[in-house]
Amino acid sequence: MALETYIIYKLILVVLVFAITMVIAMYSTYAERKVAGFLQDRLGPNRAGPFGILQPVADAVKLFMKEETIPSVSNKTLFIIGPALSLLTACMTGVVIPWGTSLSFFGENFSLQIADVNIGILYLFGVVSIGVYGIMIGGWASNNKYSLLGAIRASSQMISYEVAMGLSIIALIMTTGTLSVGEIAAQQHGWHWNILIQPLGALIFIVCAFAETNRAPFDLPECEQELVGGYHTEYSSMKMGFYLFAEYINMFISATVISTFYFGGYNMPFIGRFVHDPNWLALCGVAFLFAKIFFGIFFFMWVRWTLPRFRYDQLMNLGWKVLIPLSILNIVLTGAWMMRHEILNVFIK
Amino acid sequence: MQPLTNRSKVVVKKEMSLYEKIYLPAIISGMMITFSHFFRKKPTIQYPEQKREFSGTYRGQHVLKRDEIGAERCTACGLCAVACPAEAITMIAGERKKGEEKLYREEKYAVNYEINMLRCIFCGDCEDACPKEAIFLTDRMVKPENNRGSFFYGKDILVEGVEKEKRIDISRRQTAEVLEFKKHKEFDHNR
Repeated sequence: MALETYIIYKLILVVLVFAITMVIAMYSTYAERKVAGFLQDRLGPNRAGPFGILQPVADAVKLFMKEETIPSVSNKTLFIIGPALSLLTACMTGVVIPWGTSLSFFGENFSLQIADVNIGILYLFGVVSIGVYGIMIGGWASNNKYSLLGAIRASSQMISYEVAMGLSIIALIMTTGTLSVGEIAAQQHGWHWNILIQPLGALIFIVCAFAETNRAPFDLPECEQELVGGYHTEYSSMKMGFYLFAEYINMFISATVISTFYFGGYNMPFIGRFVHDPNWLALCGVAFLFAKIFFGIFFFMWVRWTLPRFRYDQLMNLGWKVLIPLSILNIVLTGAWMMRHEILNVFIK
Repeated sequence: MQPLTNRSKVVVKKEMSLYEKIYLPAIISGMMITFSHFFRKKPTIQYPEQKREFSGTYRGQHVLKRDEIGAERCTACGLCAVACPAEAITMIAGERKKGEEKLYREEKYAVNYEINMLRCIFCGDCEDACPKEAIFLTDRMVKPENNRGSFFYGKDILVEGVEKEKRIDISRRQTAEVLEFKKHKEFDHNR
């Protein structure tokens, strides 16, 4: 492939992924309110446009028009860096996700993954970890007790759950034998979904994903009842919008990562029987991935509007005393299963 | 103590079993409950397009009635003001001049009649007290206003129009019991 075509194709892909991420995050806010409404026997927003479909636009306009206040006692540089960092890291994670197999035009093969880094999982975790800084810096720079408490809770929560998440991923890496996200997705063709191989790991990962995205039942960093708004108490206008947006992007990315790691990514069993053209097959894969993602997002919302919030000590107990031992057990079991022939040999001899 | 419903459950504080400690079954059953609500019919009334029907005897904004020929029924006797528990009603009485027979039903009438809608509690005692069937509560709502002064409703707002189409229908307030009660002899003068 010529360098120019390569650059243009990657640029298009980057812009496309960015745009889709933004649109989905935007409409997640709408979906959240709609789902919340329906689960609570209400209708949700339905005034702006048909079925309230323009509600996110109205919200965005409102956020942009709002007066912007920066507290005089705050650290101004960090106060601005906080939300920017939060949104930036949220957007960066989409790079290593394989959105589909590959399309071929004019004899060229265009992979639907922006960068197939061979340490994709490591990259994902690195970027997600930086996301904590956005919240921490924002909460600290606000110079407000509520913000600081929210930020402390957020960072300690994310750090504790990242451990369990990483350990559950290690078991996945053991079975797949690769750190590349693209390869993990490709391995799950047909019914070889990782959730069937790693049910416990998948469960731990999903629970940790809830904690990582600061969503209910782990939304302690921003619990209104105790902490006003948590780390974004002092934020107003689009800076707060950035934080909220980052949360929804994180939710989208989490749903994507869960689908890619455990639910087959773009694979769908039996589709090969009906569609034969590889390009159509790739597009179907993209559609399946997005169907899985949308269900994942719905699942996030469904849980949020069902479960009450954890208490802080319960959260820490669950993280350190339950999930981490469980994920270590998962690693041990996975290892024992992989080495079952060798272990059996020892006993037979 | 008598339980209010048959759904009350005695809480027992005991060690949770392993099944309960896992939480997941409880979470799943909870999620099924919320999911069943997803498809339930929503009781929302979409207000400006869809209005909730008032009950037959709804007590809203007052009306001062006129009789068949269009004369005001109120004689400024002050019974409504005395009956009013919120002391919302004030009036100034005046004597009917010659030639005003078509405007006022009896020799005495209310020159000024004012209800403070912020004080009014819409109990309907004024309606009960009125011996002339002059004041009634209707199913109209008191409009929201930006200042307190606008809530002093004078005769310009309270008295219904002379024209047939401007008359306010109060027949829904005339329940069977009310009509029965009005058959008493002392109300003859009203017919």
